[in-house]
Amino acid sequence: MLSGGGASVLQVVSGAALAGLARVVTGVRPIWAGSAPTGRQRIYFANHASHGDFILVSTCLPPGERARTAAVAGADYWNAGAIRRVIAKKLLRTVLVERNWVERTADPMQVMLDALAAGESLIFFPEGTRNMTEEPLLRFRSGLYNLALARPDVELVPCWIENMSRVLPKGAVLPVPLLCRVVFGAPLTLEEGEDRKVFLDRARQSLLLLAPQKDVHR
Amino acid sequence: MSEDTTRLFLGLVAVLVTASLVAGVLSYRSEKPLPATLDNLNARIKAWWIMVAGISVAFLFGTGGVILLFAFVSFAALREYVTLTNTRHADRWTLLGMFLVVIPVQYYLIWIDWYGLYSIFVPVYCFLAMPALTAIRGDTSRFLERVSEQQWGIMLSVYCISHVPALVTLPIPGNEGRGLLLIAFLIATVQGSDVLQYIFGKLFGRHKIAPNVSPSKTWEGLIGGILSASVLGAGLYWLTPFSPLEAGALAGLACIMGFFGGLVASAIKRDRGVKDWGHMIEGHGGVLDRADSLVFAAPVFFHIVRYAWT
Repeated sequence: MLSGGGASVLQVVSGAALAGLARVVTGVRPIWAGSAPTGRQRIYFANHASHGDFILVSTCLPPGERARTAAVAGADYWNAGAIRRVIAKKLLRTVLVERNWVERTADPMQVMLDALAAGESLIFFPEGTRNMTEEPLLRFRSGLYNLALARPDVELVPCWIENMSRVLPKGAVLPVPLLCRVVFGAPLTLEEGEDRKVFLDRARQSLLLLAPQKDVHR
Repeated sequence: MSEDTTRLFLGLVAVLVTASLVAGVLSYRSEKPLPATLDNLNARIKAWWIMVAGISVAFLFGTGGVILLFAFVSFAALREYVTLTNTRHADRWTLLGMFLVVIPVQYYLIWIDWYGLYSIFVPVYCFLAMPALTAIRGDTSRFLERVSEQQWGIMLSVYCISHVPALVTLPIPGNEGRGLLLIAFLIATVQGSDVLQYIFGKLFGRHKIAPNVSPSKTWEGLIGGILSASVLGAGLYWLTPFSPLEAGALAGLACIMGFFGGLVASAIKRDRGVKDWGHMIEGHGGVLDRADSLVFAAPVFFHIVRYAWT
């Protein structure tokens, strides 16, 4: 269980430490609204407004699932500087993808599919970047559709992260302690022959449905 | 002191064992699955065991332990409170200051027993510094609302709650070394009154006091609760420097304040459209759901005792 899914001892320890810290600051608790942990391989797709987002999702997972779950993150950010690189590679469980398609050397889809093939579950932010607008949720990029198409056997679980953008907004160093929740909704499947745009819209709606009213109408 | 502490501890355990037994028999006899009320009762009693264990451990460490415990209660309460307020980006420094400066300073001042400062640190210095800091950040949108919410949050969660451990600093003649027992007396009577009001309300509750605020608060529950809690307080007079009559009267007063604390907390929750403050204590809700009565009772109890007994 402890070394499950290829997490190093260091990653398990730092994962547990981060989860402890996240609990102290946010008292985070998962709300399983239709997707209690089953042990099946999953892609958790979530709203994204804070660096703390993937830590909250990973904190909510049972230890075994946490050990085999990696967060998909931007290589341009995490490879900029030695400290960030060590954090992303050694301490956290990340799958780094290059977002800039002009300069990139590796196809992000292939990187994510490799991780899935290795049995990893993924935490994925389908908006592609942190949402800095007043909108509750940006339009989804195509990544989620491509993943669903390539791996129909992997469950797509929507996760609404509540309040984290108030705890640790962009540019903030110290988190303000506020209570957070992560609502895990019912898994989504790509219908036979479903159009890309229709599917992405449906996925976005399924995530928005988990948001409290105050977040949708702000 | 140790003899009285042991007696108090054994008494608490006896009460909890009785409660667990009664709930166990009720659960055993009830149809399955258990009705929501009984389920909640079981969760509440279980949480009481944990809370009593936590408080006992803090008491084992003496004054320092109790001050740390209530600093933590303040932290958890403030976190619940701020979650429900309107915060803007410009409030970050003020909010961080509330958690990282105000809480440690207030409890440190109690630890070093500097009454002249801990009794005014929040209402004078913090109440002036916080809006100043918010104004420096330049965002005037809903300024008054934001500042008032922050100030009242710090008042309820930090200033009022800190008067529980502050009881230990009161120099009551003849009560040297027994300050912790005075704290135990306040907690036992106020929390006991919550439970008794709940029981009297469930058994005899007919006339609602403020149906728009809290449908579960009734005159029958309030009066029955206060009377029985006064008897409880009188029965616990041996923890205090008071006579049985004084102990009963102070307990009754603390319970009336506790009732108002619960009522105000309900009004805030109703305003913000939530049922509970948080989810930290299984069956009870958040820390503030359990501490709301103590918030109102502690400072009044503190100042009456300080005025009349020191």
